[in-house]
Amino acid sequence: MPVITFPHVAEAQRALKMLMNDLGNEVIMPPRPSKRTLDLGVKYAPEFACFPVKILLGTYLETCPQGVELIVTSGGVGPCRAGHYAQLHKKILRSLGYSVDIIVFEPPRLYPLDLLLNVKKLNPRRLSYRSVYECVRRAWRKIQALDNLEKLSHRVRPRELSRGATTRVYRQGVEWVDHAYSLKEILEAEAAALEALQKVPQDPEREVLRVGIVGEIYVLLEPASNLEMEETLGNLGVEVERSMFLTGWTRDNTWAETVENITVREAALPYLPELLGGHGRESVGNTIIYAKRGFDGVIQLAPFTCIPEIVARTILPRVAKDYDLPVLTFFLDEQTGKAGMTTRLEAFVDLLRYRKKQAKSPKMAVNI
Amino acid sequence: MPARVGIPGTLLYYLYFPVWETFFRNIGAEVVTSGKTNKKALDYGVKEALADACVPIKLYFGHVLNLIEKGVDYLFVPRVVCLNGETTYCPKFLGLPDMIRHVLTDLPPLIDVRMDVREGTGALYRAYSEAGRALGAKWPAVAQAYGKAILAGRRFFALLQAGYQPPEALEIFKNKSAVQKSPGHFHRNKTELVFAILGYPYLIHDQFVSVGLLNKLSKMGIKAVTAENLPAKPLARQPHILDKRLFWTFSDLAYKATQFLLQRGGVDGIIHLTAFGCGPDAMLDKFMEMLVKERSSIPFMSLTVDEHSGEAGMTTRLEAFADMVRRKKGAAA
Ligand code: SF4
Ligand code: SF4
Repeated sequence: MPVITFPHVAEAQRALKMLMNDLGNEVIMPPRPSKRTLDLGVKYAPEFACFPVKILLGTYLETCPQGVELIVTSGGVGPCRAGHYAQLHKKILRSLGYSVDIIVFEPPRLYPLDLLLNVKKLNPRRLSYRSVYECVRRAWRKIQALDNLEKLSHRVRPRELSRGATTRVYRQGVEWVDHAYSLKEILEAEAAALEALQKVPQDPEREVLRVGIVGEIYVLLEPASNLEMEETLGNLGVEVERSMFLTGWTRDNTWAETVENITVREAALPYLPELLGGHGRESVGNTIIYAKRGFDGVIQLAPFTCIPEIVARTILPRVAKDYDLPVLTFFLDEQTGKAGMTTRLEAFVDLLRYRKKQAKSPKMAVNI
Repeated sequence: MPARVGIPGTLLYYLYFPVWETFFRNIGAEVVTSGKTNKKALDYGVKEALADACVPIKLYFGHVLNLIEKGVDYLFVPRVVCLNGETTYCPKFLGLPDMIRHVLTDLPPLIDVRMDVREGTGALYRAYSEAGRALGAKWPAVAQAYGKAILAGRRFFALLQAGYQPPEALEIFKNKSAVQKSPGHFHRNKTELVFAILGYPYLIHDQFVSVGLLNKLSKMGIKAVTAENLPAKPLARQPHILDKRLFWTFSDLAYKATQFLLQRGGVDGIIHLTAFGCGPDAMLDKFMEMLVKERSSIPFMSLTVDEHSGEAGMTTRLEAFADMVRRKKGAAA
């Protein structure tokens, strides 16, 4: 039975663990990225490697000593560095004496054969393709359930009456979904958790700001890498909508999703016609879509030295001006501190509140 | 009055200026360049571009601003995606015209044709004819200019292959001087050591950013070989030894040059020159270091330059490295 592990991505590893166990692998769960993870990653990764490379390497260095034989991760197709993470990680881990292998799942559309080959390697029980498919579907549904919970928590948190209630109920809901196994159980757990979240006492009158979040996928998905920014914003009375979820993003990658009749690509076209790899163009396109949908502001999250996001960052001020929408960028690395981030967020939220008031006052004048 | 087309003197300038200049000149335009990088270009760029970009991109902004100051009628800022049918340039090259357009104001019209040979035969010609049309040139003139440009490119490339560094070759191209000086005329002294200087041409050959690296080496009696001087065909034919090939043209080239040199030998040391804040280099540098260590005992050093690199620091590091190489060579002999 191969001993495997994978990166920590928000809560998704819970579903991955279920899937890998179903296929007959032993799983070593990645710990939530911590100071120690970062220290390890920073120590062994190249200095200017992007932040996700360091976090992932740190995570592997925490799990590998426990006897990992195989790391399962996802690739990315150029032209960006994500596609090279895996081989860099492998080389570094091997040079440190861990004889691990890394399996990279590429987008199935481009490498359909790879997918089948990889599944073979991860299927020591030799389940039929049909049962593998069933397992994958169940795991997928679990990730969707987790995503749905997270989405709802973003809406409830800014309106909660007692600080922290949403987070508590949300964590509990995640556990429920985690313990569900069959498809039916997953659906039930999801429904119960969503209901519990809805029931968190809220103030429906509270004036809530809406902020869209765009940027590079890993720092968007993994709260530990962005210092739980969404929670901080929720506590500041901001409802956040994130442009990417594991399930949502994978869908985007497979077929063009339309939002409000224009695709992200079309929205970005006047500003950034070229596909840059990574998610640079999505950052620009989603910012425009958020503007069109009347959001109060947008925050861009990106790893320090992230190539496509730097290009996007250069262009976003113009978008912000054209659409009269405040945009704030965070370049994250191991030195980003929570206190500094919170201060910047507070200032940004104050600005948004002020603008909202200003925008309202002329209308009131007309009413009088 | 002929239209004045500005070509920023950095990034692909070091390899493609002769092609571009010949093309624009032959369709009746006047070509203006921003000249060598200087302190002003750097300060400009730092102010206008953002703090998070790599030095070469900041410099590009500086060069563009210089051209705007010179009052050019058009700016040639091509979107060079892929020229070899296999690898693409760094994503920042791909987004270059967009960054320029949306950061700077009061720009002259941009000629931002997209060059991607993967679009099929004739893609390059189409890109140039679009550039020609932007200047109002008609097709026979464009076709002729294109032909001449390609030839100029070949001649320039031949100079590089003969051992000239791009700035020397550009000098020969500009002065139309017959090739009299021998390659590496910088290297007057008797050379005892040969170093390979790998990295991006717009770093290595920019005397200002590289803090005169090549000159310093020559003064120290060290001969420098760059990827531009290595025979193109064997270089391109290097096997792909990484699980996944490096996506970016210049990075891929630097890696292959390392492979090639380890195989062929003839260098005493390898220096990788990299820019602070460069995305691809974070990977490339580690891959190169590991490759050199795995396959040889040739000393390897990576040198990072940024906008504050000082003469003194660079000299110290070079001297220390050269000493180490000499000692090693002495011990082996
Ligand atoms: S998108 Fe950014 S973080 Fe991701 S690989 Fe590219 S540079 Fe690194
Ligand atoms: S390759 Fe590196 S130095 Fe060159 S433009 Fe890209 S990030 Fe900047």
